Amino acid sequence: MSRNVYKPPVQKGFGQFIDAMVVLALVYLSLLAPLLMGGTAAESAATEHKAKPTWEELKQNDVMQAQWEKLGHTPETAEPIVTKKFSYEVEPLSLGITIAVIAGYFIFMLKMSDREYREVINERFGPRVGKGD
Amino acid sequence: MGTAATAGQQEKISLLKVLGPVHVWALGVGIVLVGEYMGWNFSVAKGGAYGSLIACWVIGLLYTCVAMIDSEVTSTVAAAGGQYTQAKHIIGPLMAFNVGLYLVMAYTMLEAADALVVGDLLKAVAAQYGADLDPRPFVVLTIAFLAWLNYRGVFMTLTVNFVITAFAFIAILVLFFNASGLVDGQSVLLHRDLLVDLPYGWIGVLASLQFGMWYYLGIEGTCQAAEEVRSAGRSIPMGTMGGMMTLLIAASLTWYICTGIIPWEYLGQATTPLYDAARLMGSVELEVMLFIGTMFAAIASANGCINDASRAWFSMSRDRYMPHWFGAVHPRYRTPYRSILFLIPIAVSFAFTGLLDQVITFSILSGLLGYTFMSFNIVRFRRLWPLGSIERGYVHPYHPIPCIVLGVLCSATYFATYLGYGTSLLSIMAFYILVSIWFVVRRYPFVKRGEQFTMPWPRPKGY
Repeated sequence: MSRNVYKPPVQKGFGQFIDAMVVLALVYLSLLAPLLMGGTAAESAATEHKAKPTWEELKQNDVMQAQWEKLGHTPETAEPIVTKKFSYEVEPLSLGITIAVIAGYFIFMLKMSDREYREVINERFGPRVGKGD
Repeated sequence: MGTAATAGQQEKISLLKVLGPVHVWALGVGIVLVGEYMGWNFSVAKGGAYGSLIACWVIGLLYTCVAMIDSEVTSTVAAAGGQYTQAKHIIGPLMAFNVGLYLVMAYTMLEAADALVVGDLLKAVAAQYGADLDPRPFVVLTIAFLAWLNYRGVFMTLTVNFVITAFAFIAILVLFFNASGLVDGQSVLLHRDLLVDLPYGWIGVLASLQFGMWYYLGIEGTCQAAEEVRSAGRSIPMGTMGGMMTLLIAASLTWYICTGIIPWEYLGQATTPLYDAARLMGSVELEVMLFIGTMFAAIASANGCINDASRAWFSMSRDRYMPHWFGAVHPRYRTPYRSILFLIPIAVSFAFTGLLDQVITFSILSGLLGYTFMSFNIVRFRRLWPLGSIERGYVHPYHPIPCIVLGVLCSATYFATYLGYGTSLLSIMAFYILVSIWFVVRRYPFVKRGEQFTMPWPRPKGY
């Protein structure tokens, strides 16, 4: 039985080089995208900084103070660390977009993969002849 | 003609089958253990100390599901490329291409972060003695040395990993015994005064799942050794499940030590928390031991990452999913040497972007996308080839509970990443969407169809 085998074109060295570079360029772009969009990776809530904070104002008890000092910190140097807080506001629109993007990505991938997979199976095992197999 | 024949012959040289369960353990734990030395503590910043502990165990459950599912599929699909090869045989080419990229990106970016830790730690220690050290040459040197080791052969690479990983694990145990007072009866742990309530409430606990992944990220890398183990059915499940047990112990001990010595706000942003804990204990011996432990953990992780990223890239190239030139095996050392060399400058450039948190998020999210794939991969695997229709090296119990739990926990972790890192999440998803379209339009025409299905299995049910 003759099978219709797909014969891919042979890619030259320059084309292979370009293809590897395209993937790399996309990776760097996605690494830089959050910065280009005006934010950093971690999204923190804005905090107020005091001129001369004390351990008490930073809500550090005696034991905590002692450990901070052993780590080489003063209330001034500890303040930006202690007061940095995450912002966990859930915006329905951005959450909805995120869910849609992730779900859309997987749906697209599974549908397209299934189409390609049928080609692979038909070439590997031959055309399907009945429903029983 | 002579050259073409030689090239063809060269590509038929296979990888060596020399590894046992110990090497699989060393590969998996070696990649991950650095997560106890740095990175896990960012979960403390997102959800507080208790939030981090809950994340440690919840994500531990996620990874137990990953290890169970992976052990079954990998012991049956015993080929380099791990999950990429599984996806190719079970779901289809586009999924396989994405899974291969998840692996390459997760490991190459983790490797960059590991090398940065080596450089930063040396800089910090030098600063303690009044010296100003530029960490960058050490970052390059670490990656270059490990790449050379990988180039020369997998057996030596993973034997080195076993020794240094074992040392790093023992260092955690020694620190625990000393800190808890089990050695001299005097505990230095101050949980009563240092632990506070959940700073962000339960939403913070959920948010901390994101960095909770660092306790275990990369254990699934054991699958990359599938083509190089002597017995996949024995070595992969033993090495992977043994690795998970080691990590659950190490993660719990690490949390217990660090939260009992370091204030949570400091801990949440520390670069090397276990080393800091040893410093606070005031013992020079412990400090030296944890310094070496941190260095070894970071080096072992980078070493395993080079091994895994290069095999994933190699496997994709061998099938022409990526340029075929990278799919060559070294005629003498029998390693995927072109892929190893190609990824060196890329890892170095990631390390020097100055975007460490973005690099880490990329690594975590790539891993998470891979785990999401595993949850529906196992369902399809059992459906296309029901039990008894093909020989499986290992059958994991309680199916489909592990894949349902895995799917639910992956969804929760996406939400955790959205909390605080939503922009990064979208930009990384944009990358995978764009690169998928590029694959369909540009790369897939170069891929052979039937030839890429290499397993000796019958036709899948329903196709």
